[in-house]
Amino acid sequence: MTDDLTDDHTCDDALNELYQFIDGELDDDGRARIESHLNNCSPCLEAFDFEADLRKVVAQRCQERVPDELRQRILDALEGSEPDPA
Amino acid sequence: MADQATFVDATTPLMDGLFGAAMRLTRNQADAEDLLQETYLRAYRGYGRFEEGTNLRAWLYRILTNTFINMYRAKQRRPGETDLADVEDLYLYRRLGGLEASQRGRSAEDELMDLVTDSEVKAAIEALPEQFRMAVLLADIEGFSYKEIAEILDVPIGTVMSRLHRGRKALQKSLHDFAATRGLLPGPVEPDPDPVASGPVK
Repeated sequence: MTDDLTDDHTCDDALNELYQFIDGELDDDGRARIESHLNNCSPCLEAFDFEADLRKVVAQRCQERVPDELRQRILDALEGSEPDPA
Repeated sequence: MADQATFVDATTPLMDGLFGAAMRLTRNQADAEDLLQETYLRAYRGYGRFEEGTNLRAWLYRILTNTFINMYRAKQRRPGETDLADVEDLYLYRRLGGLEASQRGRSAEDELMDLVTDSEVKAAIEALPEQFRMAVLLADIEGFSYKEIAEILDVPIGTVMSRLHRGRKALQKSLHDFAATRGLLPGPVEPDPDPVASGPVK
């Protein structure tokens, strides 16, 4: 399928901006350019989805909770601490 | 000027995230606890200089990373300038994207959740050289923008982008190697023959 919209935007161009797209760092035009490419290119769409999913999994796998005892220790330490003079 | 009395209310919800970052940076719980406590003390003492309405979360992460560098980098001979091996783009995707995931109607997210464990993801991040680790942590776990990361780490945005790019590729290589070691992926490493994987009896 030929599509005038994608003629000047190759897969290499799209992949070069993959992270900026996923990171939400492209401007409106840049985002629209990628979205239009992804609408017309299923291999790129799959790669973009994979990277976005990987990002979610990495973030989910790295959650930590502050131990209650540490939380309390920090709050106690703050009570005994003086703010710097303004 | 920010009000000292509001400090605890404003910063307590951010404590879990900061602790996670401290764990990945120090790579052990005792040091992470010290780092978090020192970060809170410094932030509390300096809270009067925090300008209300500006980015409190980024300000705290900046104190955390600076405190980490002050407390722990002094101990190191070399300040994490280790270079990273060059890894190709889309390393993991090229090895398992399109695999059976789409055929089986499962999302890549489900496949990846099966493929890597909590401890493997944590270990893969902790294995990154310090400067790459900080950038990847702040972007991929904490969700900061390039501009925020540049401000937190005091480096130009271009540096943030290049550290992220290379750090993420190295992270993908580690995750791949972990999965290959466990025999979940074809890889150069022999699968671990240890069959003691049955779940605990309730």
